[in-house]
Amino acid sequence: MSEATALSRPEARSAGHALELRGLSKRYGSFTAVENVSLRVESGEFLTLLGPSGSGKTTILMMIAGFTTPSEGGILLDGQDITGLPPEKRDFGMVFQGYALFPHMSVAENVAFPLRVRAMGKAEREAKVRAALDLVQLDRFAERKPSQLSGGQQQRVALARALVFDPALLLLDEPLSALDKKLRAELQEELKALHRRVGRTFVNVTHDQEEALSLSDHIAILNHGKLVQMGGPTALYEAPRTRFVADFLGKSNFLQGTVRELAPGGMALQAGGTRLVQAAGAGPRPAIGAPALLSLRPEKIALLGESDAAENMVSGEIAAWAYLGAGFSLAVRTADLGEIRVALPAWKAPIAPAEGLPVRLGWSADAAVPVLEDEGAA
Amino acid sequence: MSMSGSAAAPALSAATPAPSLPRFRNAGWWGLILPAFLLMTVFYLAPILQVLLISFTEPRPGLDNYERLFTSMGVQNVIETTLRICIITTAVSLALGYALSYVVALASPRAQRWWLLAVLVPLWISVLVRSFAWVTLLRRQGLVNEGLMGLGVIDEPLRLVWNEFGIVVGMVHYMVPYAVLPILASMREIDPRLLAAARGLGASRFTAFRRVFLPLSAPGLVAAGVLVFIFSLGFYITPAILGGGKTLMAAEWIKLQILDLIRWGLGTMLATVLVVAILVTLAIFSRVVNLKRLFGGGA
Repeated sequence: MSEATALSRPEARSAGHALELRGLSKRYGSFTAVENVSLRVESGEFLTLLGPSGSGKTTILMMIAGFTTPSEGGILLDGQDITGLPPEKRDFGMVFQGYALFPHMSVAENVAFPLRVRAMGKAEREAKVRAALDLVQLDRFAERKPSQLSGGQQQRVALARALVFDPALLLLDEPLSALDKKLRAELQEELKALHRRVGRTFVNVTHDQEEALSLSDHIAILNHGKLVQMGGPTALYEAPRTRFVADFLGKSNFLQGTVRELAPGGMALQAGGTRLVQAAGAGPRPAIGAPALLSLRPEKIALLGESDAAENMVSGEIAAWAYLGAGFSLAVRTADLGEIRVALPAWKAPIAPAEGLPVRLGWSADAAVPVLEDEGAA
Repeated sequence: MSMSGSAAAPALSAATPAPSLPRFRNAGWWGLILPAFLLMTVFYLAPILQVLLISFTEPRPGLDNYERLFTSMGVQNVIETTLRICIITTAVSLALGYALSYVVALASPRAQRWWLLAVLVPLWISVLVRSFAWVTLLRRQGLVNEGLMGLGVIDEPLRLVWNEFGIVVGMVHYMVPYAVLPILASMREIDPRLLAAARGLGASRFTAFRRVFLPLSAPGLVAAGVLVFIFSLGFYITPAILGGGKTLMAAEWIKLQILDLIRWGLGTMLATVLVVAILVTLAIFSRVVNLKRLFGGGA
């Protein structure tokens, strides 16, 4: 594989462009698809717009690409307003859902298309096409028709076609959703490596939280057309701001309690007959007597032996369990905290799960995070 | 079907199927199409073969009738006129049909249904009625001439009917739906995201159309062209009425030879030429396009 292609020169690192969305809204009649979204993607960054279907993530991408006109707000590339530009003037590469390869053209012709419409000379065009196909390791398939390629290969052709003209920005609309699980994982790694090699700004749209976590520098989580939270994968996973974020990005237990004591570093909650100690989160400090909601990841809960102790402890019995190869997923029924999901590594697990088996769960004060109820949650 | 005999087979014998059963069942199905088969051979193929025969035997055996193809100005004129009108009709029908299909294909599904209805309704009206309707519109005292004179655009009526112009108008009107159907079918197979992809990659609207949409809809265009051209070759009623007997196309000329001049040999000769021309056209284009698509077979 040739690393020394035109697209992967070391100085290409600086070739990325910064994108900014300012108060972007899109309304269809009385329906608001996107509401007042503002965010910034720095040069060379990989941003993922993550949300369930209907969250407005694709609408935002289509507005960035220029296929949809915003109702309000603006789109800026390196500080320049591009809101009114038609898609062909924006110079953005785009990988469509289902790839949208031209079926009547060969792989090489598909990749050459953006260069041809830019009236690039033949010699230069051919060199660029070869470099782009090299980049995605498809140089041997140049003469094939897209229909003769596997899904993963088609996806790479779409990538080569979107990158060949040195676009200011690469937009990806659910680029991996049409592939099976194993191939998806493979191409995730490739996509990440490609991003590092070409050093361009990528904006990706997906509903797959694993894809978002593994690929992105930053993730913007959307729900009902609004930007709920944006940050690095770790920050979002470890410190979700709302119940929706905690629930959508990974799995989470939600513990409901009432604030009883406040201390500089944390607080104590009462949930039924159980007292919980909790380290302070990033959000606003609650008042004594106010309700509080904690998000607790299943993998941060330990099964306690007879003599073990933890800052938070609760007893229950296994209501349901599943073996997942790498681990067990347990649903533990407790009196005060409802059903709690626990992820237990299967290798040398301390217990053999069985329905009705009594267990004690424990977690430290910094394992859970206080989160806010979602706005407008029913 | 009780003809197949399998419906009556008791459940007990299911474990030991009779080996002759499939053949029997097939015979039953073949029996179903026998009436249609007989109808086709006796009333359709046989007369055509007879036409072929007559063209070689009347008024005396030999190739005399076919010799006229090369010697008779009258015959050559008819063929030339027929080809000219057919080519013009096909070209105009394709242009109109393509534009119409493009609008329909890009319309919302709801609008598409109304468009299709509007395209298909003319097909349900008798070609005779439509031809006379065109006569009333286009004749000297017709709506078009009266209207243009009333507006002061022209001083005396234009000759819009009983000539080639009138024939082409009537034929195009009849053919446009036949052009729309195959073109629309191939346009509907085009993923609309391809056009968006083309524009996202830097192509203007026009370039996206020319480099992506047009090539992908070309099979439908070719299929429509073949269909319309072949239909046009044998057109009779419309040219007869709108041509007013002055402009003769092949079908009307054949009728004239056989029914009015009782020259069976000459009439059947041109009929045979027409059939051969259609078969040759089909043979050529079957190499270019999928004929199944043309005749509504599975994709």
